[in-house]
Amino acid sequence: MQLPIYLDYAATTPVDPRVAKAMAECLTIESNFGNPASRSHQFGWKAEEAVEDARRNVADLINCDPREIVWTSGATEADNLAIKGAAHFYHRKGKHIITSKIEHKAVLDSCRQLEREGYEVTYLDPDSNGLISPETVEKTLRPDTILVSLMHVNNEIGVVNDIEAIGEVTRRNKVIFHVDAAQSAGKLDIDLEKMQVDLMALTAHKLYGPKGIGALYVRRKPRVRIEPQIHGGGHERGMRSGTLATHQIVGMGEAYRIAREEMHEEARRTLALREKLLRGLEDIEEVYVNGDLTHRAPGNLNISFNFVEGESLMMALRELALSSGSACTSASLEPSYVLRALGRNDELAHSSLRISIGRFTTGEDIDYAIERIHYAVAKLRELSPLWDMYKDGVDLDQVQWAAH
Amino acid sequence: MAYSDKVLDHYENPRNVGRLDDSDANVGTGMVGAPACGDVMRLQIKVDGDGVIEDAKFKTYGCGSAIASSSLLTEWVKGRSLDDATQIRNKDIANELGLPPVKIHCSVLAEDAIKAAIADVRKKQGNTEE
Ligand SMILES: Cc1ncc(COP(=O)(O)O)c(C=O)c1O
Ligand code: FES
Repeated sequence: MQLPIYLDYAATTPVDPRVAKAMAECLTIESNFGNPASRSHQFGWKAEEAVEDARRNVADLINCDPREIVWTSGATEADNLAIKGAAHFYHRKGKHIITSKIEHKAVLDSCRQLEREGYEVTYLDPDSNGLISPETVEKTLRPDTILVSLMHVNNEIGVVNDIEAIGEVTRRNKVIFHVDAAQSAGKLDIDLEKMQVDLMALTAHKLYGPKGIGALYVRRKPRVRIEPQIHGGGHERGMRSGTLATHQIVGMGEAYRIAREEMHEEARRTLALREKLLRGLEDIEEVYVNGDLTHRAPGNLNISFNFVEGESLMMALRELALSSGSACTSASLEPSYVLRALGRNDELAHSSLRISIGRFTTGEDIDYAIERIHYAVAKLRELSPLWDMYKDGVDLDQVQWAAH
Repeated sequence: MAYSDKVLDHYENPRNVGRLDDSDANVGTGMVGAPACGDVMRLQIKVDGDGVIEDAKFKTYGCGSAIASSSLLTEWVKGRSLDDATQIRNKDIANELGLPPVKIHCSVLAEDAIKAAIADVRKKQGNTEE
């Protein structure tokens, strides 16, 4: 077993060796280095062929037409292009947008920008399990709503929204539906023939591909239009200019091809590891799982250890690479906005760990993590005045704290 | 974030963890911070007949820097008079531990805690003048 153990697959994943190999074949003079936009020689044709193969692989994973895939630099750019692009194109129909409070910053900050441009945004509260129901979306729609943007799988708590049901609502009401699928592609089944999604943001680096490449799915039937956000040579049918990064695209294509072949087996395996992890931690007193456990991506566990602060917990767990919703780990001194939106009290947000499991995690890694977490929580509770008070039967909510 | 060796040392081997009997008139308790902010520090001191701090204990819920700040503080105050102990500044703690700017507030919390503990013991001893 190699230390530290990587348990932060929701942040990023290592590149699969098969992907790295495919990418390496698109760089040097002996290999496929050409500009896919060069029409006048075989270097260009060959590069274009590789890009189109990759496009097909990405499309196959989500069951859409390759012509519906637009390459971007990642999910952040895809979210920006989808949200601003659709808002700018359809502004004459209305200026109201619906999203949720627990979206990724790429979505929230795109919406904030649109607010500055005069659009109006409604930020839905999830239920206490982190889910947005189709009924909530339907109730919030207005005659001037043009766009609904919701994530498929939440990056912090891993919960899965019912995209198929929400898509029925938006389609019936003729509102564009954008889905951030950065965390779900290749982990959950996505079938765009069945899901009435209009725009979908994808990325490679959460699925064993390289960082810096992603895609936006743009539906052709019924046709969805977006205003480009980057102007230039008119690549990607004018929706996203810029010379295509062949090696990156080939990497994403290979990663998505592998995912299509292996995702069901992999999901079973990661789910079993997560269940093992949860079983190993459940016997600790005062632990709380954040977010719905049944509607959840297989590799995610987000769990709070009451009366223990997250950053000090991570410090005790330096052999494990994971992340926390604690304010002390962020520059802002605010605990996770996602956990707060679930109505978790701030204490539990400060006490949370996100553990995310992936392709290269072993059962041995999980056994080790369980043992270390038990030790660290016990050690820090020994140090915690809150634990003392809890054990003395003090109701912490009744204490007058000198908040600062 | 990388931690300094001193922070790590106090974090790995915290000094003077525990609690003192708050009903003792010679014990002063300073409890500062709030769970909602992610940090709560309880610092206790016990003074002898001459007003010298003979014992100090802490427990802290907070980040590693907060734990280290309070651990260091308990070492520093032992053997000092109350007046002397009020002179300790958060800057001294931050410098000693090499805290980066985002962690300065952890040392501020420690300064607040010792001040509160001193005020508490003075109050108990009916000696509230500063
Ligand atoms: C849900 C979600 N959306 C968007 C992103 C941003 O993706 P990228 O890093 O490809 O820009 C991430 C990952 O950081 C994510 O988890
Ligand atoms: S207690 Fe929050 S950063 Fe130190």
